[in-house]
Amino acid sequence: MKLEYPINGKFGEFGGRFIPETLFPAVEELEQAYLKFKDDEDFRQELDYYLREYAGRPTPLYLAKNLSEFVGGAKIYLKREDLLHGGAHKINNTLGQGLLAKRMKKKRIIAETGAGQHGVATAMACATLGLQSEVYMGYKDTQRQKLNVFRMKILGSAVHPVKEGTQTLKDAINEAIRDWITNVKTTYYLLGSAVGPHPYPVMVRDFQAVIGKEILSQMKGLEKKSPDSVVACVGGGSNAIGTFYPLIDEENTRMFGIEAGGEGIGTDHHSATLTAGSKGILHGMLTYLLQDKHGQIQDTHSIAAGLDYPGVGPEHSYLKDSKRVTYDTISDGDAIHAFLMLSKHEGIIPALESSHAVAYAMKLAKKMSKSETVVVTLSGRGDKDVEVVEKYLSKNVKNSR
Amino acid sequence: MSRIQDRFSELKAKNQKAFIAYAMAGYPSDKETISTVQGLVKGGADIIELGLPFSDPLADGPVIQNASFRALQKGMNFDRFVNLVKKIRMESNIPLVLMTYTNLVYSHGYDKFISTMKKAGIDGLILPDMAVEESDHYLDVVRKNNMDAIFLISPNTSEERIKKISKASSGFVYLVSVYGTTGAQKQFQQYTLDAIKNAKRILDGKIPLGVGFGVNNAEQAKLILQAGADAIIVASAFLRLIEKTPKTKIQSKIVTFAKSLKKATISE
Repeated sequence: MKLEYPINGKFGEFGGRFIPETLFPAVEELEQAYLKFKDDEDFRQELDYYLREYAGRPTPLYLAKNLSEFVGGAKIYLKREDLLHGGAHKINNTLGQGLLAKRMKKKRIIAETGAGQHGVATAMACATLGLQSEVYMGYKDTQRQKLNVFRMKILGSAVHPVKEGTQTLKDAINEAIRDWITNVKTTYYLLGSAVGPHPYPVMVRDFQAVIGKEILSQMKGLEKKSPDSVVACVGGGSNAIGTFYPLIDEENTRMFGIEAGGEGIGTDHHSATLTAGSKGILHGMLTYLLQDKHGQIQDTHSIAAGLDYPGVGPEHSYLKDSKRVTYDTISDGDAIHAFLMLSKHEGIIPALESSHAVAYAMKLAKKMSKSETVVVTLSGRGDKDVEVVEKYLSKNVKNSR
Repeated sequence: MSRIQDRFSELKAKNQKAFIAYAMAGYPSDKETISTVQGLVKGGADIIELGLPFSDPLADGPVIQNASFRALQKGMNFDRFVNLVKKIRMESNIPLVLMTYTNLVYSHGYDKFISTMKKAGIDGLILPDMAVEESDHYLDVVRKNNMDAIFLISPNTSEERIKKISKASSGFVYLVSVYGTTGAQKQFQQYTLDAIKNAKRILDGKIPLGVGFGVNNAEQAKLILQAGADAIIVASAFLRLIEKTPKTKIQSKIVTFAKSLKKATISE
């Protein structure tokens, strides 16, 4: 299966390069540089060094004994990406692309961010690699995630609030692309998810594939077999594709990508692109989108800002249609419940994004036998979310009175 | 020959260059779009580019973004656009080019979208995010409907790509004048003029060259035409004019501004 794609930058019919002509030389230059350096010994060694010594790889694969017992079914393992420097898997990608940008002699880095995790990871990588960074962030998100805005500034990054459109992640990407068009000769666009025009979806996947590779070798050590199921949350889908890709040929491993069901996929308040969307073209790629019948992109909602995106990486669209991965949803309420359960039973506060995967894994494990295993990618830690959870709980306690 | 190709031939015979003017469908309302187009025709526009707004116009600067947003808020959509085109066609034979983003065409289905537009009276399409590599099916449908597919090139497009893109295009090739999004440029730099000369040399008279993005006044239009362009394309400047003009005076202001731009395309 792996060998079949991407062909000419496409995963089946998905992906491609639907971009303004000005960006064409830039994505070609990027693709050539990526192909040149990805297997280059110096590049690999330098990236491994930073992943190990700076970011803290490898991350543990932790058996959540208490949670497994509480659920009463399969053994639940947590892939602890939340323990990485910065508190999320995003640093795997920003170090990779940062090192690539340096080799391409680009000194100015731009990035988009939703909740701020990719912005922070970009600012960190750029600070340590000696690059100048500027981050676009929807105005609404800057208000929801003030601390992350401040973190980026401390790390030396300029933050540009985006007041166009819905003032969230998709508009931040639009504005970053506009900047890139304007400053195409000097600027490297460090895209944070496995989305956008080719080669970004492939490149980001490859930088995140370290997650799945470690899972596979750790499981072979711990359980002498590959996992029976793996679960990861999907917004743009970078931690999920990094988890799934190295396991695609493990025929006995079932894979689950979990989208934000928000207030329910029957409402307008969700971000379940693969579950409830239709095919379309946005941000340079053909993929599933949340759009109205005229092709206008719809507003999305999730309690987890990192899942709040109307598109999804094209490889996920392919994996959905080819049925290799099952995509399903978890609601805001179930995610909050899982957030609380993991905190209570294991002393681990998960990011709200990752809590969607935890919630699904709990449901899944319950239906499985004790000899089976479920691996959940815990893509980030939840310190950033405690305020959101506090608000949600006080509102819902009031409502139930 | 399409209306667009005919228009370029007529102008050539008169030793004139083309003035292509932009209107955003539904901005500030459907009614004003009609009167804007009437004003552009009266003012001497040779071709009208009619924008169908998209929620995420990533090649556009603030002026067109804002107009798109407001047109969509007022409910502009596929059906209303088709009606608008039909109304324009009842009173004018001017070549009409539809400018929008690929998703709106794709999500309707290339066949249905393009054949409906043809029937309504659209002559050609410009999709700023349609790369020539992705265009096989799109081109088949456009050609089947005897319409023009107008592709864009940029100052950093290689000679090889310009050739490839010009082969895929008909009507004219659209050169984006600057590194940037749509909207006013205070002053064009030498690289823009060099890009025009370079593109003219490569196109070698086989297809006209239109130049747009940031052309703001007659003086800039002259500069661009002197560098060798066959057409100037003016968009954001009209939207800015509409924005600051009371509704009842929009048409007369547009006529005056359009006349000044048309004048730049006629050699003295």
